[in-house]
Amino acid sequence: MAGPRVIIIGAGPAGVRCAETLVAAGIRPTIIDEGRRDGGQIYRRQPDNFTRSYSTLYGTEAAKAAVLHSCFDALRERVDYLPETLVWNISERVVYALRLGKLVELPFDALVLCTGATDRLMPVKGWNFAGTYSLGGAQVALKSQACAIGRRTAFIGTGPLLYLVAAQYLKAGAGVAAVLDTSPWSLRLAALPKLLAMPRALFNGMALTLALRRAGVPMYNGVTPLEITGSGEGGVSGLSFKDARGQAHSLACDAVALGYHLRPETQLADLARCEFQFDAATRQWLPRIDPDGRSSVHGVYLAGDGARILGANAAEASGRLAALAVLKDSGHPVETDVVDGQRRILARLERFAQGLRQSFPWPAHFAANLPDDAVVCRCEAVTVGELRRVVAQTGATESNRAKAFSRVGMGRCQGRYCGNAAAEIIAHAADVPIDQVGRLRGQAPVKPLPIAIAEDGA
Amino acid sequence: MSGRFVRLAESARQAVTIRVDGKPVQALLGDSVMVAVLTAGGHLRESEFGDGHRAGFCLMGACQDCWVWTADGERLRACSTPLTEGMDISTRQPETTWPDHA
Ligand SMILES: Cc1cc2nc3c(=O)[nH]c(=O)nc-3n(C[C@H](O)[C@H](O)[C@H](O)COP(=O)(O)OP(=O)(O)OC[C@H]3O[C@@H](n4cnc5c(N)ncnc54)[C@H](O)[C@@H]3O)c2cc1C
Repeated sequence: MAGPRVIIIGAGPAGVRCAETLVAAGIRPTIIDEGRRDGGQIYRRQPDNFTRSYSTLYGTEAAKAAVLHSCFDALRERVDYLPETLVWNISERVVYALRLGKLVELPFDALVLCTGATDRLMPVKGWNFAGTYSLGGAQVALKSQACAIGRRTAFIGTGPLLYLVAAQYLKAGAGVAAVLDTSPWSLRLAALPKLLAMPRALFNGMALTLALRRAGVPMYNGVTPLEITGSGEGGVSGLSFKDARGQAHSLACDAVALGYHLRPETQLADLARCEFQFDAATRQWLPRIDPDGRSSVHGVYLAGDGARILGANAAEASGRLAALAVLKDSGHPVETDVVDGQRRILARLERFAQGLRQSFPWPAHFAANLPDDAVVCRCEAVTVGELRRVVAQTGATESNRAKAFSRVGMGRCQGRYCGNAAAEIIAHAADVPIDQVGRLRGQAPVKPLPIAIAEDGA
Repeated sequence: MSGRFVRLAESARQAVTIRVDGKPVQALLGDSVMVAVLTAGGHLRESEFGDGHRAGFCLMGACQDCWVWTADGERLRACSTPLTEGMDISTRQPETTWPDHA
């Protein structure tokens, strides 16, 4: 039967499971991904001529990676797969993409956004020096290119990825200067009942910490980052921080991996006019969805980390649920037990994710203490002091207005790496609640297009 | 400085030579432009806002910190562009193209 035209954006675990479920019901979806290969972030595939094994690449998650990759390989004949294709706009039931240097327009009846996440960042003075990378970026260097970002890398921030990437560096033979977690250890104990929703994941996390300790890597909890030292020419040369008791330390390193868990990639949902709501637990704005991923816009669905940061297993379950919702909404028969089963899986993973959020909170309070001369916008080197001055002088307390005056959020990353922190800085400087600061609106093109194309089309 | 990035494995790949700012650089087939440039040197470009060298940040195509240019002025995102034999890369922006063209 000729089903609805379904487009899935993102070929990570959410997108792949979504496609699989649609194909099983006789639909031939189009899957678009900017990457050269499928797999998304966690199951990112290495280039063809690399030879590391699944267990080297994916560790405890190797079996799941292999299953997901072969699931996608088996689907290849039954889907229209467009790799190396950037979706840069969505409007009126049409996806606008850039594919191999050409602009293409793809109409849809149903659209499933499985766009994943990027690192969530809080600035630290000196993070604009060459050699500071996002934590996820440090992992990409290793996973997809078998490189470390430096000879001695300091890992700082918070979240499960902090320990995972540091342990992956250690195992691959890279120098690890220290692992510095801004979250106090006591929060992990308090979150234990929730973390026990996924005993194996908890165990794996503890094993990573133990491996780092055994190797003699200096590890601190409850730290406050002070400064990444170095120079504009030479880049990073060290890092200073305060430990939980307030004592200052400094260490030498030529690279810093920095990250505070993740933020969903929601610009496309915004362009598709989905409603957002403020999520007090993570202090960010998220697209409003129902339990199966339906957005506020008819025919637009969300799944995976691009909707809620719940991790890879949840991405698979929510990808399936979104596909089932598409099927149901287009009149296909859907068994309620199947839906209920996936919802139950998701609920357990949601409990675990709550435990992670409680263990590794976003350190909103750091924004108040950032020195005026720290850079908040790396794209255009705008300082925290400049943003505070704009708030004080113009009274702009709403993100998009403050952006217009200060340029914070206007640079080439379009606010992905400064937006969360800028909102905290504005809220503190103006003494207003964070939800009143609002959120930076997504703008097309969601990523810069090649100059020649931007000139004649966009 | 010598290279910023350190190769940890996968070193038995075919060697490829590219040019970076006119000088030959040895790299391996399958490298991204970013890895080719940063295993040989310390940076990818100059910040146009006066705060020094930049060497990329996110490696997943989101931050756009890793722009470099080809000899004929085309802008490349170094983290997501695989190198090809004979590529001629410049770490200096040919003309001011930002922020006019987002
Ligand atoms: C760098 C990084 C590393 C991570 N590593 C781990 C890990 O080791 N272990 C773990 O448990 N979790 C990890 N995570 C969490 C991870 O995001 C989830 O576990 C899982 O990958 C989420 O799956 P997903 O399908 O929702 O999104 P992803 O796997 O992120 O896939 C999203 C896909 O959408 C594509 N996309 C996004 N926007 C567009 C667009 N505009 N046009 C075209 N394509 C687009 C992307 O190219 C990407 O392939 C990591 C996250 C990040 C950001």
